[in-house]
Amino acid sequence: MSAGERVNRLEVEQLRIAVGPVHAPVHPVTDVSFTVPAGGALAIIGESGSGKTLTLRSLMDILPRGARRDGGSIRYLAADGTAVAPAAARGRGMAMVFQDASAALNPTRRVGDQIAEGVLLRGGVSRRAARAEAIALMDEVGIRDPEVAARGWPHQFSGGMRQRVMIAMALSTQPDLLLCDEPTSALDVTVQEQIVRLLVDLRARRGLSIVFVTHDLALVGQLCDEVAVMYAGQVVELGAVDEVFAAPTHPYTRALVDAIPRPGEHGELATIPGQPPAADQFGRGCRFAPRCAHATPACADYRYSAPTADARAACLHPLLGEVAS
Amino acid sequence: MSGALRVDRLTVEFAAMSRAARRRRFVAVDDVSFEVARGECVGIVGESGSGKSTVARTIAGLIVPAAGEVHLDGQVLAQRDRAPDTRRRIQMVFQDPTSSLDPRLAVGKAIAEVLEVHRLVPPDQVEARTAELLALVGLAGRGDARPGQLSGGQRQRVAIARALAAEPDVLIADEAVSALDVSVKASIINLLADLRRRLNLTMVFISHDLAVMSSICDRVLVMYRGRVVEESPTDTLFADARHPYTQALLASVPRLGVPLGPRPGPVADLPAGSPPEPACRFAPRCPLRINRCLEVAPDLVGDGHRVACHIASTPAADQSRGTGDADHPRYGGR
Repeated sequence: MSAGERVNRLEVEQLRIAVGPVHAPVHPVTDVSFTVPAGGALAIIGESGSGKTLTLRSLMDILPRGARRDGGSIRYLAADGTAVAPAAARGRGMAMVFQDASAALNPTRRVGDQIAEGVLLRGGVSRRAARAEAIALMDEVGIRDPEVAARGWPHQFSGGMRQRVMIAMALSTQPDLLLCDEPTSALDVTVQEQIVRLLVDLRARRGLSIVFVTHDLALVGQLCDEVAVMYAGQVVELGAVDEVFAAPTHPYTRALVDAIPRPGEHGELATIPGQPPAADQFGRGCRFAPRCAHATPACADYRYSAPTADARAACLHPLLGEVAS
Repeated sequence: MSGALRVDRLTVEFAAMSRAARRRRFVAVDDVSFEVARGECVGIVGESGSGKSTVARTIAGLIVPAAGEVHLDGQVLAQRDRAPDTRRRIQMVFQDPTSSLDPRLAVGKAIAEVLEVHRLVPPDQVEARTAELLALVGLAGRGDARPGQLSGGQRQRVAIARALAAEPDVLIADEAVSALDVSVKASIINLLADLRRRLNLTMVFISHDLAVMSSICDRVLVMYRGRVVEESPTDTLFADARHPYTQALLASVPRLGVPLGPRPGPVADLPAGSPPEPACRFAPRCPLRINRCLEVAPDLVGDGHRVACHIASTPAADQSRGTGDADHPRYGGR
């Protein structure tokens, strides 16, 4: 990202997602706004139920049955500057890598054919050319002997290799925005490192923009420039990765950072008392206040205001000071 | 003092699944020995397929080993058909509390069931003891809740209470915190550490995550493809990992605020359906490999800090760097 004019690839404003009956909807995601610059990488972190995966899925208009976007806007900006709606951008500029590659691949089709399908989808390509491109993509994502591997079946691949196949499938549509939903969470650490490395390479080589959803804070800095921290359906802190983790300003971010077990350290780990509210119990005021060590009575009347460059945290009493390391 | 739990030359084999390899046996655990003293917590770390969970299940009597013995307080445990009281003495907590709890049974009942089966308290005291156990894991008064009404972390607390209800001598936590969110994970680790202190529990803590080990384990065993490659006090392991695999494992643990290293570590992804195992299982992926590694299996040697590596166990390690490199034509990775 250059210091000058920021060209956005993705602009999300005031996103709200509803589930349940139309007359009495519940909103597991509200007030989500962020942008991803061309070539930039944004991480969305949060715990189970924070709405990070729903947010990601809504970007490509693949929300699960029963969930719908009922507020806000999502604009994918193509290279020529035209804004495209989520459903139209899917497979045409935007592609997704899922957590569970074995569920996302078709077990009855050879992997090369599955990758070639995305190439054919672009149109104007012969089958032979599509197959050749699939092999080239497999080579690009680090699969050895791609000609042989292309004729293999998904079950013949290890977890890490399957995830590489998934990434090749995503690349087959020539996206410039890659959405990643916990792509390494099911993998061993050594394999995880390779996949993150691959994503870092691809981002640099292809100028890809990336939205990376994860619950693993430590991974974020390896791939992303910016991070959005979600809690109870809202973005509670948004900013540059280095700054957010070195000196979290939202008490929730701070508590998350403190709770990470660090290799080589022992003693009691910091925890967050209580548990996050369910989507139908978000209530008024700051949603983190009931668990927050810094909460005051005023927090119950807090009106959410989205993080800005000057105020990274959506918080009445933002923290100052750095994490001792 | 001899160990409360002693695993002696344990080998576990499974029938190979594929047609081509039908006659071959797959050795999931290969000659593993270790001891856990009373009140000690030993961690077993390794990747998928390292055999760590198989070791746990064999200790608990869920798998019959091909060879080797499990000793508890100096007595050899039966490999199959253990007496109920023997089963009671070794309890497990699994990764997924949702699948290990009956969704229709109130969690208090699930705990009471254990007390009744093992006749641990007189019938009129079951209720009181159940309440006590729930309080012990921080769930006082939640006995009427069904698993579905609890969060993942709370369900894991129930699973722990249920294991403790049996008044075990040994508690085995098999990836018990792996599926939990960061803050919940921290609270369950704290709970286990606290229970261990208060009840003087002997624990085996199994995880693929080295980072969680340091806050709870006294000692760590590192397993690779069925073998223990390194065994060391936890602190020493983080400061002075000697086996190239342990070093690679440590290097790939992401740490907050630490960017990716300049080049990939030596550990590449092995293809599924691997070729016959070389003498040292790690040799194909090892950056320090010498010819000897392919011919002679290294023994686990050392005092206190033990390592199974021809190169790391030699003092002049730096001079004898092998010719192997990460880009081995067959296994190397990017």
